[in-house]
Amino acid sequence: MYKIVKREELTTNIYLMEVEAKRVAKACQPGQFVIVRTDEEGERIPLTICDYDREKGTVTIVFQCVGAATKTMADLQEGDDFHDFVGPLGCASELVNESPEELKKKRILFVAGGVGAAPVYPQVKWLHENGVAADVIVGSKTKDLLILEKEMEAVAGNLYVTTDDGSYGRCGMVTQTIKDLVGEGKQYDVCIAIGPMIMMKFVCLLTKELNLPTVVSLNPIMVDGTGMCGACRVTVDGKVKFACVDGPEFDGHAVNFDEAMRRQQMYKTAEGRAMLKLEEGDTHHGGCGNC
Amino acid sequence: MDVLTRIPVREQDARERAANFEEVCLGYNKEEAMNEAARCINCKNAQCIKGCPVAIDIPAFIEQVKEGNVEEAYQIISRSSALPAVCGRVCPQESQCEGKCIRGIKGDPISIGKLERFVADWARENGIKPEGAKEKNGKSVAVIGSGPAGLTCAGDLAKMGYEVTIFEALHEPGGVLVYGIPEFRLPKQDVVAKEIENVKALGVKIETNVVVGKSVTIDELIGEEGFDAVFIGSGAGLPKFMGIPGENANGVFSANEYLTRSNLMKAFDQNSNTPIMESKKVAVVGGGNVAMDAARTALRLGAEVHIVYRRSEEELPARVEEVHHAKEEGIIFDLLTNPTEILADEKGWVTGMKCIRMELGEPDASGRRRPVEVPGSEFTMELDTVIMSLGTSPNPLISSTTEGLETNKWKCIVAEEENGQTSKEGVYAGGDAVTGAATVILAMGAGKAAAKGIDEYLRNK
Repeated sequence: MYKIVKREELTTNIYLMEVEAKRVAKACQPGQFVIVRTDEEGERIPLTICDYDREKGTVTIVFQCVGAATKTMADLQEGDDFHDFVGPLGCASELVNESPEELKKKRILFVAGGVGAAPVYPQVKWLHENGVAADVIVGSKTKDLLILEKEMEAVAGNLYVTTDDGSYGRCGMVTQTIKDLVGEGKQYDVCIAIGPMIMMKFVCLLTKELNLPTVVSLNPIMVDGTGMCGACRVTVDGKVKFACVDGPEFDGHAVNFDEAMRRQQMYKTAEGRAMLKLEEGDTHHGGCGNC
Repeated sequence: MDVLTRIPVREQDARERAANFEEVCLGYNKEEAMNEAARCINCKNAQCIKGCPVAIDIPAFIEQVKEGNVEEAYQIISRSSALPAVCGRVCPQESQCEGKCIRGIKGDPISIGKLERFVADWARENGIKPEGAKEKNGKSVAVIGSGPAGLTCAGDLAKMGYEVTIFEALHEPGGVLVYGIPEFRLPKQDVVAKEIENVKALGVKIETNVVVGKSVTIDELIGEEGFDAVFIGSGAGLPKFMGIPGENANGVFSANEYLTRSNLMKAFDQNSNTPIMESKKVAVVGGGNVAMDAARTALRLGAEVHIVYRRSEEELPARVEEVHHAKEEGIIFDLLTNPTEILADEKGWVTGMKCIRMELGEPDASGRRRPVEVPGSEFTMELDTVIMSLGTSPNPLISSTTEGLETNKWKCIVAEEENGQTSKEGVYAGGDAVTGAATVILAMGAGKAAAKGIDEYLRNK
């Protein structure tokens, strides 16, 4: 059992939980993920690590409540336990394998969309702790959905916040901010973009034009997370890769996003039904027009 | 009674079982078991023992069954096997113990597997436990993986007095016994969980949710955590795909994924939170035991199921019993057929599979006749699901994070066959991680050999 030592609703439907998981806290690196289960019958849910405290032996995750499984997670309170919490899984971000001297020479731009701010945060923090200041763009639909702004501000070089509706910070999508920054004469050597698949796709289309190498972190459907099932396969540069063991970070300019987005639809109907069952009890037997 | 003919074993009716996940084979009762045991001629130079990878004293346990002393029979088996209820169900006995049985020369070999199963089930139902360890010897061993190799190695070492901790990557112990082999062949709660309880009763600790190579490395287990030796029984690894167009379409799964969803995550159960594709027509590509398991699972979930295999029935690698059961249940075998492309609609969902007919040519390196394409025989199968069951390639998680651990050109861990010793001191390995995908009992044999090897190493250290 893995105890929740802190639970916070960052904003509507987005939750932060700090969980006791000694082995994961000791071994994890920025860029890696965990798989959690709420109870004995629970689904295995992959989540990127947002923060970790090696001394306390805790790992922080941030998730958005989107379906039945995450709803069950959101219902857990401080002092409750996760039934399972396994990791760290996947490869660490490539940045952590480079020497701080090399990194200091690089001009790094992070682009975070929505809950993508969570997996971006430990990378920026790691760089900050190693004396590297990276620029960060954080985008959200609206002011109310913005998360981790203060935390990010403390570790980023320059922080640029943008909202789709202009309710806070700059106005427009993250791609607009990238264009604006480049237009203002900013230059970058590498971009790391993490967020919804559609955002990463459009960031990559833009950075390809800008000749800016871009790394993305994928979060496809997976079951075991150790390479065994192959559900998380993605096509990168024409080759099939398993996001759980080869990733989750890949060269964004080589990822087949259209295929990856199609594959994410795999269980949408089943997930929708599960959500209805959770909300309405076992009363939903068709008639909604969607099933 | 005709001594040349085996006592038939009761099975669930084929039509009935095709729609449920309950066990197919119902096993012997005591009377049937005693009658079957009476056919054994108790050979002095018993060939069956030589056919058993863990060398169970088969004539001795059968002798006890003959007399009705089932508990004694159980203790005899337990000396050699930690998982008799599992082995009685999933071992390929026809090519091992039963394949060597002298009775088999003229008539049916003794039904050794079904007798083993009877003894193990009887012991479980009557609360009989295997005989435990003597005193602890103060040395500790880490076992990686709680599948057949790991459980066997751990059980044997515990009996010798070692402190054993098993590290399991998934949330439930059992390895392939829980994620791979379906409920209708191997009941999880009644059989697998109980056998694991027996291993724990020997003093073995199991820590789940530890991915060795990620959560902790082998060097850390030996260094910081103070284990005197390590056994790697981490299993087979990454599923293979064909590399044909369309393989990433929605509705194409590896057999590993499909079976893991159904077995480990219980997706076949309405109450499970894990979804599984609701298929109408399924093609399972491949002809091994895993292919049969996937096909029979899809059938039970309500689909029309085809096995698509490029060679002929004779070359099917699956056990004859599994093929027989699959056919009885209504699985359609499209033999000498090879997929060339998977077709999908504009949203990426599978709509069909292009195939080509094959014929058998000259024998290839494996000694089997090589299948060659019949020109102009292309055709399309309409279906919504394809399950690829083509075997696996080794998982690099451990080999890539363990300094000095040698792998071969297929990336399998190199280990001595007789004692499991690897190129790294104090580290032993066995099962699919060493051999590539094989059977439960071969993994158990390797776990057993490694336990002996580890014991010898630690005694002389």
